[in-house]
Amino acid sequence: MKLSVQDLNSHYGPAHILFDIALEVSDGEVVSLLGRNGAGKSTTFRSIVGLVAQRTGRILFEGKDVSGEPTHAIVRGGLGYVPEERRIFTDLTVDENLEVGRQPVRPNAPHWTREKLFALFPNLATMRGRPGGRMSGGEQQMLTIARTLMGNPSLVLLDEPSEGLSPKIVEQMVEAILTMKKEGVSIVVSEQNLHFARLISDRAYIIERGRICFSGTMGELDARPDIRDAHLAL
Amino acid sequence: MAFYFVQFLTGLASAASLFLVASGLSIIFGVTRIVNFAHGAFYMLGAYIAFTLTEQFSGAIGFWGGIVFAALIVAALGVLVEMVLLRRIYHAPELFQLLATFGLTLMVEDLVVLIWGPSDLLGRRAPGFWGAVDFFGQNVPTYDLFLIVLGPLVLGILWLLFQRTRWGVLVRAATQDRDMVAALGVNQKWLFTSVFAVGVFLAALGGALQIPRDAVHHAMDLRIIVDVFVVIVIGGLGSIIGAFVAAVLVSELNAFGILVFPKISIILVFLVMAAVLIIRPWGLFGKQEAPARRTPGLTVNPWRPLMLNERLGAMAALVLAAALPLIGGNYALAVGSEIAIFVIFAASLHFMMSVGGLASFGHAAYFGLGAYGVAFLAKMAGLPMIVSLLLGPLLGLLGAGVFGFFSVQLSGVYFAMLTLAFAQIVWSVAFQWVAVTGGDNGILGVWPEQWAASPSHFYWLSIGAAALAVVALRITVFSPFGFALRATRDSPLRGEAIGIDGKRIQWTAFVIAGTVAGVAGALFAYLKGSIFPDSLGISLSVDALVMVLLGGVETVSGVVVGAIVYKMLSIWLVSQTDLSKLVLGGFIVLIVVVLPKGIAGILETIGNRRRPEAPALLASQIDTAE
Repeated sequence: MKLSVQDLNSHYGPAHILFDIALEVSDGEVVSLLGRNGAGKSTTFRSIVGLVAQRTGRILFEGKDVSGEPTHAIVRGGLGYVPEERRIFTDLTVDENLEVGRQPVRPNAPHWTREKLFALFPNLATMRGRPGGRMSGGEQQMLTIARTLMGNPSLVLLDEPSEGLSPKIVEQMVEAILTMKKEGVSIVVSEQNLHFARLISDRAYIIERGRICFSGTMGELDARPDIRDAHLAL
Repeated sequence: MAFYFVQFLTGLASAASLFLVASGLSIIFGVTRIVNFAHGAFYMLGAYIAFTLTEQFSGAIGFWGGIVFAALIVAALGVLVEMVLLRRIYHAPELFQLLATFGLTLMVEDLVVLIWGPSDLLGRRAPGFWGAVDFFGQNVPTYDLFLIVLGPLVLGILWLLFQRTRWGVLVRAATQDRDMVAALGVNQKWLFTSVFAVGVFLAALGGALQIPRDAVHHAMDLRIIVDVFVVIVIGGLGSIIGAFVAAVLVSELNAFGILVFPKISIILVFLVMAAVLIIRPWGLFGKQEAPARRTPGLTVNPWRPLMLNERLGAMAALVLAAALPLIGGNYALAVGSEIAIFVIFAASLHFMMSVGGLASFGHAAYFGLGAYGVAFLAKMAGLPMIVSLLLGPLLGLLGAGVFGFFSVQLSGVYFAMLTLAFAQIVWSVAFQWVAVTGGDNGILGVWPEQWAASPSHFYWLSIGAAALAVVALRITVFSPFGFALRATRDSPLRGEAIGIDGKRIQWTAFVIAGTVAGVAGALFAYLKGSIFPDSLGISLSVDALVMVLLGGVETVSGVVVGAIVYKMLSIWLVSQTDLSKLVLGGFIVLIVVVLPKGIAGILETIGNRRRPEAPALLASQIDTAE
């Protein structure tokens, strides 16, 4: 088991956001976390990497409970995180952005070099010296994924990678995610777009108002149109 | 012509140290978001330690070894400070960070005197740079030429460090989004510590390099920090190039200002700074910051006017205070009058800072201006006391009108630095313009007239004025103007969106606060019978800040308690120890770390806990609006 989240509860101040979240990801698996805006997808990811201060529950990453560790230690352990807002360093060039993400090679995870990443995202190869602030939204999305891959993670949390991208870029994104999977990276993708999720995922969870309300393979989800219609905007 | 050229070179040489210190401050701010007031203290420590090393150990490590070692030792001290103190307050409002680092500065000032003694120390000349070079009949010390080369050299090294090393890339990334850097697996703690060490090293090196040029003394810290703040405001916080350009600019203005206005050379710097602020409020090379975290902001306790029984309680306290002449002697009455005056002063700052969200680090300027106003009117124009008391504060109003106009263009730490710089400029004018202000000797013989001369009469006058001022400010807080001011404090954008002219409201609040501070200063001049530049000084400004903080930034009337407690403590402390700065500095650091809500804030929290219906939401922490 790559990642196992048990009884995760999170709060922002007095507001209770996540209720007893349970998630599991096997080695090399791509899992989707589906749900509407505000359902708790981003908070789940932020809680897993320790960016939400008030959280309880167990987060087992490669069998080890990391819920007490600070963010940087969790990430260093091989759990990569790509935030929804991209958060490119706009003053830094593409190369420098990648440098910030660089971490040592890990034995149990694929090793990403700049060359491999530029092969994965060819657009980036042509703009290595360009400041992050002067890139399009799609290019920034690619850069933020490449930046996280520079840390040679064995698991990546991808927060809404298709959001706001043109269909053409979304296609490239699907390719990239499938390549990452082929290389052996386990991935959790949060998505609102069921079509996109179907192209890449093995299994899916549906989250609604901070609770997991469905878990199963993509086939099982397709067999339950009632659930799909109730919890996902189509 | 040659003379002007030499003057230009002298300016460039002075710019080197200023640039080192300013760039250190800028780097630290960029990553940690802390304006390190103690930077001047680190500069001073660098000079003192370098003095000792070059005097006593030059055999072992040589002169240059002494300079570098001094900077390294101070950098190590900086690391200690960062790990022990700053790590606790990274998430505190910026006012608290400024105050805590100022407290450190106070402590260092006393420690330096304790270790090296109070007199000026003259350091060695740098070996190899003894002589002077002849420029068309004018002498230029070779050491100055060395410094002129050193400035750009350090700029180049810093540039390489930030552009070409992984550490530099991480620092630049963290300057922009430090949480994202952590989310990529970088340990922020050590990044912050290393950045702080580099910044402090630069400051200490700047200080150490001064010893062949200038005497080492225990007031160097404040002198450099004011210049550094001016440099930062002009150059833009966070920009190293900006620090360099502005350091050269300010040093040259100082060098030539002496030729243009020999008596008040600082005027030139002020004029340039004002011009820059109008054209580019964020400095020549700075970037507009996101709206600053608001100064009060730990809890949300809604303010309300006093209830009937609370009003009666306040009246009773006032009546009780008025009865002091029945039991107290002349000394007690003089102390009582002084406390009452400081209640007025602190209340005026509280109005600006808690109600207006404008934390001024130079509020004493308006206190002192009011005092000088009275002295001018009473001594020079010979006006009667009542007229002087009423008109004297108008000088405070005038000062607040001019400086406030520029200050409210900025917010947060920029505002704090700018108000401090303005206050130091007023102080320098009072200090240098001997013909008008008497300079260091002050203006003597400002005594009250017969009707107010007796200690009890003056005491009643003071507490009467204090009661009036506090009530008037309280009424203003709950007036439509007060609501608009608080709206602007809490959310400038939403305020604008409902038609509030935020800048004008803040400017008005600044002027009100300055005028009330002027009233306090006017009374103070009559109480002491004299007026000195100290009354405009930074330590008085900080006294007021501590009073507000001690009382509770987020309460409406805690400041009255804070002023009384603090003033009594400090009067007692000065009578007990020679190391009052050390104790006071430690006290300030302690309040910031242990008691950030102040006395009244704590009482309020306890009160709310007793009241079960108080909603939990209001007492809980709110996220900073970032």
